[in-house]
Amino acid sequence: MAEPATLAPPHQEAPLVTGNLGMHEITQLVSYHTEKRPPSTWYMAFAVSSTLLAVLLLMIAYLFWNGVGVWGNNNPVGWGWPIVNFVFWVGIGHAGTLISAILFLFRQRWRTAINRSAEAMTLFAVICALLFPTIHVGRVWVIYWTLPLPNQMEMWPQFKSPLLWDVFAVSVYFTVSLIFWYVGLIPDLGTLRDRARSAIRRRVTAFFALGWTGANRHWRNYERTYLILAALATPLVLSVHSVVSFDFAVSIVPGWHTTIFPPYFVAGAIFSGFAMVMTLLIIARKVYGIRNIITLDHLDRMAVIILVTGTMVGFAYITEFFIAWYSQVEYEQYAFLNRATGPYAWAYWIMMSCNLLFPQFFWIRRLRRSIPFLFVTSIVVNIGMWFERFVITVISLHRDFLPSSWDYFNPTIVDVLTLAGSFGLFLTLFLIFLRFLPMVAMAEVKMVLPEADPHHYDDHHDS
Amino acid sequence: MLTKLIRNVKATMGIYEVRKDRVYGLLAEFEHPGALLQAARKVREAGYRHFDTHSPFPIHGMDKAMGLGQSKVGYIAFLGGATGLALATWLQWWTSAVDYPINISGKPFFAFEPSIPIMFELTVLFSALFAVGGMLLLNGLPRPYNPLFYSRSFARVTDDAFFLHIAASDRQFNLKHTEAFLRGAGAKSAEVIHDHGYSQLHA
Repeated sequence: MAEPATLAPPHQEAPLVTGNLGMHEITQLVSYHTEKRPPSTWYMAFAVSSTLLAVLLLMIAYLFWNGVGVWGNNNPVGWGWPIVNFVFWVGIGHAGTLISAILFLFRQRWRTAINRSAEAMTLFAVICALLFPTIHVGRVWVIYWTLPLPNQMEMWPQFKSPLLWDVFAVSVYFTVSLIFWYVGLIPDLGTLRDRARSAIRRRVTAFFALGWTGANRHWRNYERTYLILAALATPLVLSVHSVVSFDFAVSIVPGWHTTIFPPYFVAGAIFSGFAMVMTLLIIARKVYGIRNIITLDHLDRMAVIILVTGTMVGFAYITEFFIAWYSQVEYEQYAFLNRATGPYAWAYWIMMSCNLLFPQFFWIRRLRRSIPFLFVTSIVVNIGMWFERFVITVISLHRDFLPSSWDYFNPTIVDVLTLAGSFGLFLTLFLIFLRFLPMVAMAEVKMVLPEADPHHYDDHHDS
Repeated sequence: MLTKLIRNVKATMGIYEVRKDRVYGLLAEFEHPGALLQAARKVREAGYRHFDTHSPFPIHGMDKAMGLGQSKVGYIAFLGGATGLALATWLQWWTSAVDYPINISGKPFFAFEPSIPIMFELTVLFSALFAVGGMLLLNGLPRPYNPLFYSRSFARVTDDAFFLHIAASDRQFNLKHTEAFLRGAGAKSAEVIHDHGYSQLHA
């Protein structure tokens, strides 16, 4: 089927919503999917994802019973896949808040179509991210030691450790993203309440809608709160991956101890997050028939962001090499030479080609507007970004200062199944979201329609 | 005196008192956001104060038309941020320099530099929680029951309809005059809202 045309003359903005949709059509198109039985593809996807989720739970149970020895982690690579997966998922969890907060502050009105689902994706990715360090600590039953809770040992967490900063950064990020997402949902939950047919549905939606009536006295405080949350979430989203990078950068391991890490990690996070949003939305807009709301223009703009951040990440990879050479520190130089030519060179070159080279195709407009190409690239990017974290974590550790302890890291089947299972957790949560909540922020999309502007109706446009 | 104050505070949240004859107010529907904006301006200029507009999305310029000032949420969020910052500073200083000092690599027991990440995180966390809590407080939410739910057409307010509600608690409210006034201001329809309580709502 042909895509709705959204090309606009260069001097004016393309319509954000295509197909001449009115306000009621938007409500109908979006709410409808939470009210009817989901399509059969949903059930098939849910069957696959919940199977993977079951695998994850089994792997966690197996891990708790036997201990972290079931993973490939061993000297000298103490941080194996669990930390790779943690950084991978927390990176993906950056796009949602970037779209909802930073693009909001920059008045990028096209964000309204994709922010709801991107924020949901963020929350689910951060849940997956929080899982990995939690199960990686070994004695998971004392994970509460990371929190400043009074206890019988009268001990407190070590506030000078980047690992503890990480606990705070990621959990604050999760909490703030959750309330940001919920605040954005309130008006749309009101819509679901007002459309509800059954008493149970009305009661449940009314509970979460908090009695929203679209009153202007409420909108006034609501919009201000939304602006404040956006202003708070913007430095927060930049800080989270910076703090994650401190886990590495504050140590003295060659390949980790670099000041470029915070901005480089943040760019990588946005890069992988947008790729994941793109993967999910390309499927969802097709299955749910909302291609007039999430248009080709939206995907095009996301492709541009992927191109920009991918190039920034690639630039950082090259800068690291330059600094290693320029520093004249032989350990640093060896660490990077070993990355590109050592036993893990295959991982390094997968990372380089997926993250730096592949997105360069997005210079071509036709490819930015080709759905199959966008879909493939979005998956390639996330493979590349997983390998980036693998390269940073494993290659830097596997040859440390003492050559007698050098070793080649191999993952076990439990490692592989746990990673696969985390995708099950992520996709199950996302599918539940698609089933029960409006996947597009209806109130915000209506606001960017031309007929939402009170002056649209003026006879004289000079007032 | 106190009851009057409470009544006024509740009115800023859009919660109005019901009249003795159970009349809650008049709800008028308007064609589009432009008409609603004009009507809100007229209602305010006519001297009404206990009124509100209801729309599926915030309408640009409505605060000015209704004569509402800047939202106070910002001050509450700032208060939250200050609380979070103070708490984070105190927490890190007291736990590691007072309650149980431990020498770690000869670092000072407390210094600002390594304390900054947690100071930042808790500032953001408390600002966000205070902002949302403040928004709910100022809006009088959650408010599961609202007499306006008695209107059938009001269900479309979260879809594509635009309403103006003048509460019966307003000093100038007069069923006949106010209705005529609303129609004069361009209302498509106007209906009287009676408040019979939540138990009757879906009966």
